[in-house]
Amino acid sequence: MPIEPQDLIEMYKTMLTIRRFEERAAREYEERHIPGIVHSYIGQEATATGVCANLRLDDRIVSTHRGHGHCIAKGADLKRMMAELYGRKTGYCKGKGGSMHIADFSVGMLGANGIVGAGLPIAVGAAMAAQLEGGDRVAAVFFGDGACQEGTFHESLNLASIWKLPIVFVCENNGYGVNTPAEYSIPVKDIADRAAAYAMPGVVVDGNDAAAVYEAAGRVVKAARAGKGPALLECKTYRWRRHAESKAFAELRPTGEIEAWKSRCPIASLERRLLEEGMATGQELADIDSQVLALIEEAVRFAEASPWPAPEDALEGVYSV
Amino acid sequence: MREITYAEAAAEALREEFRRDDRTVHLSTDAPLQLQKEFGRDRVRVTPISESAFVGAAIGLAGSGFRPVVNIRMATFMFVAMDQFINQAAKITYMFGGQARFPIVYRVSVGAGMSMAAQHSISPYSMFMNIPGIKLIIPSTPYDMKGLLKTAIRDNNPVLSFEHTALGQVKGEAPEEEYTIPFGKAALRRQGSDVTVVALANMVHVALEAARELEKEGVSVEVIDPRTLVPLDKASIRESVARTGRLVVVDEACQTGGAAAEIASVVVEDSQTFKRLRSAPVRVCAPDVPIPYSPPMEKFVLPDKQRVMAAVKEALK
Ligand SMILES: Cc1ncc(C[n+]2csc(CCOP(=O)(O)OP(=O)(O)O)c2C)c(N)n1
Ligand SMILES: [Mg+2]
Repeated sequence: MPIEPQDLIEMYKTMLTIRRFEERAAREYEERHIPGIVHSYIGQEATATGVCANLRLDDRIVSTHRGHGHCIAKGADLKRMMAELYGRKTGYCKGKGGSMHIADFSVGMLGANGIVGAGLPIAVGAAMAAQLEGGDRVAAVFFGDGACQEGTFHESLNLASIWKLPIVFVCENNGYGVNTPAEYSIPVKDIADRAAAYAMPGVVVDGNDAAAVYEAAGRVVKAARAGKGPALLECKTYRWRRHAESKAFAELRPTGEIEAWKSRCPIASLERRLLEEGMATGQELADIDSQVLALIEEAVRFAEASPWPAPEDALEGVYSV
Repeated sequence: MREITYAEAAAEALREEFRRDDRTVHLSTDAPLQLQKEFGRDRVRVTPISESAFVGAAIGLAGSGFRPVVNIRMATFMFVAMDQFINQAAKITYMFGGQARFPIVYRVSVGAGMSMAAQHSISPYSMFMNIPGIKLIIPSTPYDMKGLLKTAIRDNNPVLSFEHTALGQVKGEAPEEEYTIPFGKAALRRQGSDVTVVALANMVHVALEAARELEKEGVSVEVIDPRTLVPLDKASIRESVARTGRLVVVDEACQTGGAAAEIASVVVEDSQTFKRLRSAPVRVCAPDVPIPYSPPMEKFVLPDKQRVMAAVKEALK
């Protein structure tokens, strides 16, 4: 299916929303309005966006510690996300989760996760549920290059393969686990090569090219929907900011490398394409940006105006009724 | 009443609940054949030996509307999947603000006494009592196995079922008809007036033997089986101790930081009960060593009738 201009514009808007959300989250973190820890998704926007553009509301995803982008791309509400970062009662998790644990089951977002690699088994379960239901839903799970050295990666790919589950394993290879280079941790050239060990397709794609991710993910999602089983999609990308928004994490990556990747900004390159191919005017794109900024502003206002949880709310909700 | 074994009671509970609710699914490394025959290989699915993956898959299934029952077999195999139990299954109901329910039953066998050596002889109740978010059941009879397991499958939370290896072939009464047992209600196994013995799993039977023996010596022992550790029926334990004035706790897990310590605390921290205590609580547990292999050593470390009797006498001093 050739990519339509409208799809590209939608993806542009989603990527910009993620970018502006993360910029604002970083600022509010700096100003201590957001406690704890925030892992910025800036630089990787094309991955979540290109993958989720192939998903329906009833498809399910599982995310990581760097999960805001996945949430937004799957359709979560910015206000409730920001309120969760602020630790307010109106947040997605009523202030009990924070940045690393945002979930929105109503849009099929089964949760960010603070444990590297822990989301893969859960997504396998969601895919098994889809298979048992007998429809054509799929699951997708995001994880970093660092997660691929966890046992859960190998166990989950194996399980998905022998059961032919409708799942796409999306590895966001941003080149580092904190400051440890992927080249050091990973003996194979591409993580996608490991798919062969589990008899599933392994696809490498430029994770900074939203259209390329959209098309590559589109093919494996379509196969999964058709009952042809899982795939491993490796998106090569890069995070622009330090591992997390805290000075406790030093930036040890070479400056030249960071600058080189910034010059390959996924949003700027899509913007160029939209303009060059006449799919949008500069004014139209500027309007999108203003709309997005207004939504982020609204989300921050909502969070600021929201009540704190009562201290004793801490005692509620350990069990479901 | 009809008698069946502990293992048969479990199979019957599963069969009844699988018939009752078609969202139930079963995961295990080897198939329960009868169940698989009736409900098919998709719903009663064999997994490779990948504990992290299938313990976690149950979470994804539950979060997607199913009711998985996972048989992990021996409790010790849980340890390779601890993140999925503790950081995922136990915490996500709370951490996600109650957006979704995670009805999952994880079944594991516990206990020693079979010369299985340290790795395969463990009763890790207290490790999980310290993790809010998982309910813990610990059936000691076929009747309880059927009733508690059925309640567990219907519960909307992760439930960990600790099932004692030595009890598998033990027979007991269990009605053919439908029944469930509520969580948090201890069973009074024997009435008595001198000492309260709270015992867990197989130790319930050991405590009952000791009680029968002590009766001949004129000592009246009350035996309480909590049946579920989370929630724990604190009221029944306190009420009994308030009457007898003496407490002995019997658990074959290692003593330090164990369930027995928690049960003793439940009694002594309650000032009403504390006032009625006539002697210090006594614990009968395994010493703090990995369970040894060779029969004389294994027998030495596990609580038995003699040690329970000695503990009761100690409490009576
Ligand atoms: C099991 C586990 N080990 C270590 C950590 C600490 N930690 C958090 S994020 C991270 C790096 C993960 O790298 P990667 O999977 O590549 O994701 P990225 O941060 O690059 O998005 C580490 C080591 C953790 N959260 N969980
Ligand atoms: Mg990485």
